[in-house]
Amino acid sequence: MQIGILYSRIRKDEKLLLSELRDRDHEIAKIDVRKERFGLEETTADVEDLDLVVDRCLSTSRSLYATQFLDSYGVPVVNSPETGDVCADKAKNSLALAEADIPTPATEVAFTKESAMEAIESFGYPCVLKPVVGSWGRLMAKIDSRNAAEAILEHKETLGHYEHKVFYIQEFVDKPGRDIRVLAVDGEPVAAMTRSSDHWLTNAAKGGETATFDLDDRALDLVERASEAVGGGLLGVDLMEVGGEGSGEYTVHEVNHTVEFKALDAASDVDVPATVVDWLEAKAAAAADGGAADDDGAGDDGAADDGEEVTA
Amino acid sequence: MTNDTDPVLAEDPITGEEIELPADVEVGEIIDSPVTGTELEVISLDPVVLEEAPELEEDWGE
Repeated sequence: MQIGILYSRIRKDEKLLLSELRDRDHEIAKIDVRKERFGLEETTADVEDLDLVVDRCLSTSRSLYATQFLDSYGVPVVNSPETGDVCADKAKNSLALAEADIPTPATEVAFTKESAMEAIESFGYPCVLKPVVGSWGRLMAKIDSRNAAEAILEHKETLGHYEHKVFYIQEFVDKPGRDIRVLAVDGEPVAAMTRSSDHWLTNAAKGGETATFDLDDRALDLVERASEAVGGGLLGVDLMEVGGEGSGEYTVHEVNHTVEFKALDAASDVDVPATVVDWLEAKAAAAADGGAADDDGAGDDGAADDGEEVTA
Repeated sequence: MTNDTDPVLAEDPITGEEIELPADVEVGEIIDSPVTGTELEVISLDPVVLEEAPELEEDWGE
């Protein structure tokens, strides 16, 4: 099949994917979004014959726009722009999880430092202030006192981009020194790991130590539902254990849509890129079937074969 | 991507020194300069051209 990879930086994750795709003789079109233009009807990127495009943009803004344009041309793209839209914004992410009755940390959004201060005081100390768009634990603040809250809010209001004036305030979850990252494809877990640290931020990007984690039935159910809540796709679902390690109770704090998996691949016995490519092949085949059905409806039988596997 | 198993040689754009890249280096990949530690982006493979990689931006991540 012909697979497009939207990117602006090839990380280890993209190298793992590219290597697996090449091993299976798929034809790959690397699309550097920095070099392309996206018009209302067409793009300079050569996407017409692609069976599937995989969004691996490092930049959230580029990811959201590029996938939306490709989707408008009828190019199958994962993850979908709808999923990206929900996952890229922590407030939308929290709303989607809550609307699906998935346990998620109590959260409030406020638009001025005065109302943000009221939210912080109502949560009590410590609580957490996060940017609505951001990753890798950057610019996250655990607020331990009113003095700290006042300083952080003033800095954000004075120095920040307008998005920093959307104050996203969350209860502090006293997790057992670790959280859980699950890589899932349309709600089906590929692999899971814990990320442990003495620091309150346990992200692998912050140096958290990783170890494999066996999902119990409760976690499996939450991963499936969290994926569905954001529209499905190749996702990183983040959970925290509440009530201590091994309690079997979880809260889902985030779902990531351009998920990194190199740390998980290293920590897990599962061949993560192979499993992801299995899923991509199934998505491409499904998109081709859908396209063929549409083409059949238009009376163009010859187009039905266009989505079949084309090997390099 | 190169098919050769031999390392790829390139000029460090900051120091001008010759540096060694992995044989399977990709266009778009980021390499830490072994000379300065600076992040370098692989711009092309034929010829191999490196440039200083863009600074991290606020919306980067997963």
